[in-house]
Amino acid sequence: MSLWVDKYRPRSLDDLHYHEALSARLKSLAATGDFPHILFYGPSGAGKKTRIMCVLRELYGVGVEKLRIDQRVFVTPSNRKLDVNVVQSNYHIELTPSDVGNYDRVVIQDILKEIAQTQQVDLNAKQRFKVVIINEADALTRDAQAALRRTMEKYMTNMRLILCANSTSKIIAPIRSRCLLVRVAAPTDDEMSRVLHHVAKKERFSLPDTAAQSIISSSEGNLRKALLVFEAMKMQKPDLSGSIDVAKPDWETYIATVAAAIMKEQSAQRLLEVRGKIYELLSHCIPPGVVLKTLAERLVDLVDPEIKPQVIHWAAYYELRMRMGAKKIFHIEAFIAKFMMVQKNYLLQGVAQNMEMDMDF
Amino acid sequence: MSTFASRSAAPGPSVDPKLQPWVEKYRPKTIDDVSSQENTVAVLQKALASTNLPHMLFYGPPGTGKTSTILALARQLFGPDLFRSRVLELNASDERGISVVREKIKTFARETPRNVKLSSDGKTYPCPPFKLIILDEADSMTQDAQSALRRIMETYSRITRFCLVCNYVTRIIDPVASRCSKFRFRPLAQSSSQARIEMIAQAEGVKTDDGVLELILNLAGGDLRKAITYLQTAQRLHAAAVPPEPISAISIHEISGVVPDEVIDSLLNAVGVTREDGISPALIRGGFETVRKAVKKIGREGWSAGQVLEQFHDALIPLATIPAIPKSLAAIAVAECDKALCEGGDEELQLLECCLQVRHAMARG
Repeated sequence: MSLWVDKYRPRSLDDLHYHEALSARLKSLAATGDFPHILFYGPSGAGKKTRIMCVLRELYGVGVEKLRIDQRVFVTPSNRKLDVNVVQSNYHIELTPSDVGNYDRVVIQDILKEIAQTQQVDLNAKQRFKVVIINEADALTRDAQAALRRTMEKYMTNMRLILCANSTSKIIAPIRSRCLLVRVAAPTDDEMSRVLHHVAKKERFSLPDTAAQSIISSSEGNLRKALLVFEAMKMQKPDLSGSIDVAKPDWETYIATVAAAIMKEQSAQRLLEVRGKIYELLSHCIPPGVVLKTLAERLVDLVDPEIKPQVIHWAAYYELRMRMGAKKIFHIEAFIAKFMMVQKNYLLQGVAQNMEMDMDF
Repeated sequence: MSTFASRSAAPGPSVDPKLQPWVEKYRPKTIDDVSSQENTVAVLQKALASTNLPHMLFYGPPGTGKTSTILALARQLFGPDLFRSRVLELNASDERGISVVREKIKTFARETPRNVKLSSDGKTYPCPPFKLIILDEADSMTQDAQSALRRIMETYSRITRFCLVCNYVTRIIDPVASRCSKFRFRPLAQSSSQARIEMIAQAEGVKTDDGVLELILNLAGGDLRKAITYLQTAQRLHAAAVPPEPISAISIHEISGVVPDEVIDSLLNAVGVTREDGISPALIRGGFETVRKAVKKIGREGWSAGQVLEQFHDALIPLATIPAIPKSLAAIAVAECDKALCEGGDEELQLLECCLQVRHAMARG
C-alpha cells in the first residue's frame, strides 16, 4: 500500500486542487504544438513536481507513467567515472545533475546532446519532441547553466526542458529569459484544508476541524508534509478526536530540546554538551543549514523581544559563513557560543538595571 | 544561441519558422538593420566598403546587438556559401579551455582561405581574403586561454581576423584588448527598441492591451532580446487561450517574474515605511513578529528573494521623506543581503536579517 501522498497525488491537470488559473494555462499551452521551455519555481511541497507530471500526461497521455530507472555512467575529461540515476519513460527523462556536484556540466552536456540528437522514433507519439526534466536546477553550477544556454535554443525541435527549482535567484539570467517562468505558490490554509478533507473523504472517515487546523499550522504551507503528518496521526489515533498533538519529525523535537538546553544555561560546559547533540543530528544526515536555521527559529521564540533581531543577525552571519567554509560544525558551534554571549550579556545588563542596549551590532 | 543562427544561415536541416525563437527569426540581416549603435555601424560600414577589418572587441550589456552585428557583418562579407568555411564561432557552451585555443582555433587560424567562387544566390560579396573567428562571451574564457590567443592573433593576422564579444571589457586581459579596436554598445534607446518591437508585434499579428509594449520595454531595461522573448512568451500563453485574447499587463508581470507592488508594500510596511509618508512610527512599533511574518509570507508565495530585494531597494531608496542617515544604513543592509544571497545564503534568513536591519535604521530616524 502506498502512502497517501502518492496515492492521492493528482494525475491530470483537471484533478489539481488549487491554482486553477495556472492549470488552465498549462493545459492550453500543452494543447498547442508550440510548447516552450518552462521553469517551475516555488517553495517545497507546493506541488511543482505534481504539476510537471500532470503536464507531461497532458502532452503524451498515460504512456509517460511507465517509468524505468537506469543507472548511467558518464566519464569526465579527467577520466573519472560518475554514476547517475535517471528516471525515464519513452517520452521524457528526468535527472538530478546536482547529485554529482562539480561535474554536473558533463552530465548536462552528454545527456542533453544524446536526447537532442535522436528524434522521436515512436510514430504514435503525440509530440515530436522529448522532455527533459532537471530537478534542483538552482543547485546547478554556473558552468552547467552556461552549457544549457546554447543547447536550449539549438535543439528546440527535438527537446523541451522543464526545470524545477526552489528559487530563481540562483538561475542565471540567460536561462531565465529563455524559459516561461511558472511560479507555484504554497497553498493557502483554506486550500490545504480542502485537500485534507478530500483525502479524508476518499479514505472514508471524517476529519475534525481542530485536527485539520493543527496539521495546517504545523506544516507551514508544505502540503507533502501535511499529508505525511496526517497519515501518521491517523495511524496513532484512528478516531482523530480530542486534543492531539501533531507528530513532529524527530529531529525537530530534538532541536527544540537543544534550544531549551541552551536557554537554561550559558556556559562552556553546556556548549560541550550541546556539541555532542549537534554531532548526533549531523550524523543522522540532517543538513547543517537546516539545523542552524531551525535552531535559530526555536531560540528566537524563547528569548526576550529586545534581542530577537540580534539572534537573527548572528544566525544569518554564521549561516553564510557556513556556506563558504568547509567544516559545518564549527559555524554551528560558533553561532551557539555567540548566542550564549548575547543572552548572557542581556541578562547581566538586566541585573545591573542598565537598559542602554547597544543595538549597533 | 548565435551558433543556431549561423546554422540556419548555412544550408542544413531547416527549422520550422513557427518554432523558431523570434530573437533568431528577427535577427538583423545586414548591419544597417541594427537598432541604435550609430557610431559602431558607421565605422563598420567604412570597413565593409574597404573590405578590410581590424581585430575587434565588442563590449556592452546583454541584448544590445553585439552578436547580431558581427553575424550580420560576417554574412555581408562572405555570403551564405562561404559563411561556414570562413567563420568559426565559439561561445561559452563550447569547451574553450587552453587546449581548444591551441588546437581548434590555431588550426582554423592557419588555414589559408580558398579562392573565391561565385556565390550561389547570384549576388556578389566582397569576400576579403581572410577568415573570421568570433569568440562569443569571451569574458568567460580563462586567463590562460586568453594569453594563448595573443601570439596567434599576431602570427596569423594576414589571413585571420578575430572578433571578441563580451559583457565586461575588464575581464579581457590587457594584451588581448590592446590588439583590438574596441566598440562599445550602449543600452538601446527607448524609441529605437520600441520601433523594433512594434514591427515584430505587427509581423506576428500580436494583439496587446494598451501600454503593454511600453511595459515590456520598461521591464527589459534596454535589453532588446529580453523584450522580444517576453513578447513571444506572452503571445504563446495568450494565443493558446480559447478564444485568443490580447496580452495583458498582468501576464507580462508574471512572465518576467516581477513581484507585484502589493507584496513590496507589505514588506515596506513591516519595516515601518509607507510610500506616501516615509517613516511611520506607528508601523515601526509592529515589532519583530510583524517583520518575521511578512518575510515568511513572501517565502511561502514563492517569490525569489533576489528579485524582492531589488524591488524593495528601488521602492525604498528614492523616497524623499526618509532622512539621509537611516537611508544610508538601509542601503548598506540591502547591499550586505545581496552579497549574502550571491554567495548562496539561505533566502529567508538573509531577507529577514536585511529587513530587521532596515527597520532598526528607520527606528533611528
